[in-house]
Amino acid sequence: MARLEIGQIIAVIKEKLPGAVVEEVLDGVDPFVVVKTEQWGETALLCRDDSRLGFDLLSCISGVDYPEREEGPEIEVIYHLDSMVNHHGLTIKVKLPRGDPRVASVEEIWRTADWHERETYDLVGVVFEGHHNLVRILCAEDWVGHPLRKDYEPPDSFHGIKNVIY
Amino acid sequence: MNEAKIRTEEMLLNMGPQHPSTHGVFRVVVRTDGELVLESESHIGYLHRCFEKCAEGNNYLQVVPYTDRMDYLCAMMNNWGYAAAVEKLAGIEVPERAEYIRVIVAELNRVASHLLAFGTYGLDIGAITPFLYAFRDRERILKIFEKLCGQRLNYSYVRVGGVTFDMTDEILADIEAFCDYFDPKIIDEYDNLLSYNGIFISRTANVGVIPAELAISYGVTGPSLRGSGVQRDLRRDAPYGIYDRLEFDVPVGSGEMGQLGDCWDRYMVRMREMRQSIRLVRQAVKDIPEGPFCDKKAYRAVKPKAGEVYKRVEGARGEVGFYIVSDGTNIPYRVKARAPSFCNISILDKLTSISNVMIADLVAIIGSLDIVLGEVDR
Repeated sequence: MARLEIGQIIAVIKEKLPGAVVEEVLDGVDPFVVVKTEQWGETALLCRDDSRLGFDLLSCISGVDYPEREEGPEIEVIYHLDSMVNHHGLTIKVKLPRGDPRVASVEEIWRTADWHERETYDLVGVVFEGHHNLVRILCAEDWVGHPLRKDYEPPDSFHGIKNVIY
Repeated sequence: MNEAKIRTEEMLLNMGPQHPSTHGVFRVVVRTDGELVLESESHIGYLHRCFEKCAEGNNYLQVVPYTDRMDYLCAMMNNWGYAAAVEKLAGIEVPERAEYIRVIVAELNRVASHLLAFGTYGLDIGAITPFLYAFRDRERILKIFEKLCGQRLNYSYVRVGGVTFDMTDEILADIEAFCDYFDPKIIDEYDNLLSYNGIFISRTANVGVIPAELAISYGVTGPSLRGSGVQRDLRRDAPYGIYDRLEFDVPVGSGEMGQLGDCWDRYMVRMREMRQSIRLVRQAVKDIPEGPFCDKKAYRAVKPKAGEVYKRVEGARGEVGFYIVSDGTNIPYRVKARAPSFCNISILDKLTSISNVMIADLVAIIGSLDIVLGEVDR
């Protein structure tokens, strides 16, 4: 297959899954699309299995907290996909309500998502539904709160170890 | 003794967090049946230093030293990855001379990093001598870096807009002298010493085989992926800096000593990459132009417009990526680092479950993935 431009990639997704793409931002530094949360699972599967897309590598999953959005407090989960065969990439976002951020897990589609999702859960507090072992990965298992939330307050001490601020 | 009373039981064994063969604080819980590993479970996070949280409290230039401490064995590439992301976000042009300097220092750093991987891998397998040889030569590179920026490991040398200090002719001469010393004589020496050593081959060939498809699914990148025969190198496939002007080959594993994608293949990719790195350094030293070494404005302050960017560079262990969100101030709203070691080591549990490995093989597999825990935990 061949390298596709971002417009062609989006066209393929729209053709196979009408309604999945809810927003396209193509004028920024890096273009990205926003996918409807309910349809993220099938979109991910399409991205991997459609030979025109061929996104075999999930490069990164990031979670970003936006407590002060006009549309209401949100958490974004950003997936950076990459195709080793076609040499093109795509950035997909899902926007989740900050109060109850839930999105389908893609660990069955790309195995690397296992640890990335655990990290996003640990630090940002996004729940990945269907993940087989969604536990903290970087912080201790009895840590309280999700450090990369913008309103996070670090604890004064942890198991008797004082939080010293110089 | 009554033989019927002797039973063999499965045993849960805790390898790490303090264990010499895990190359840092990394813990694997293994369920063993005698010498066989039936199952393993990796635990990370012992070295978590909240890099991403710290980055949200410092301005764009102050984040650079934190990136050093992620992968402290090839800090130049981490610096470069972060700097390249910010430059793309803020639209900063890097002077030509700085691009050449970046290639020189990054490739030298790759050699230094692979030398350490080579040396410690020998240690893991039970050969102590290669370690001493590797450190002898790595020291020469560190001396060059020390002369260049006063640091041996945490350089903070590649910065947004260029590099921190100019490259002097004296250091360029040092680098050329190192290249002449190192390639091909020394690398041949390593190959004679370890690569084609019969014991080493028996310990690493056919061990820890990673099929290409599995490697990609687990997000394995860098030499560990190329060891599985996958032709993938960002320097060639998505060139950044001036890599598109330079000539080099991308070595991949071919299953010479056993199955494709075994520990020996991954090890050998690193040895061959060192030759290519020296080749790149030589070209860059030859062509380096005169001119400024850093964008003047970016040297003092950086304030990108609101937006976001994801940029990757090819580090010594794989693809180092930075996702940066700017809200228009001089402090990043969010910095997320994609650490190659984090993805590479996540395949370990799968490897122990698809084939029966011995405990000694587990050590060989971890060593062949060449992880740096500072980067896994960030």
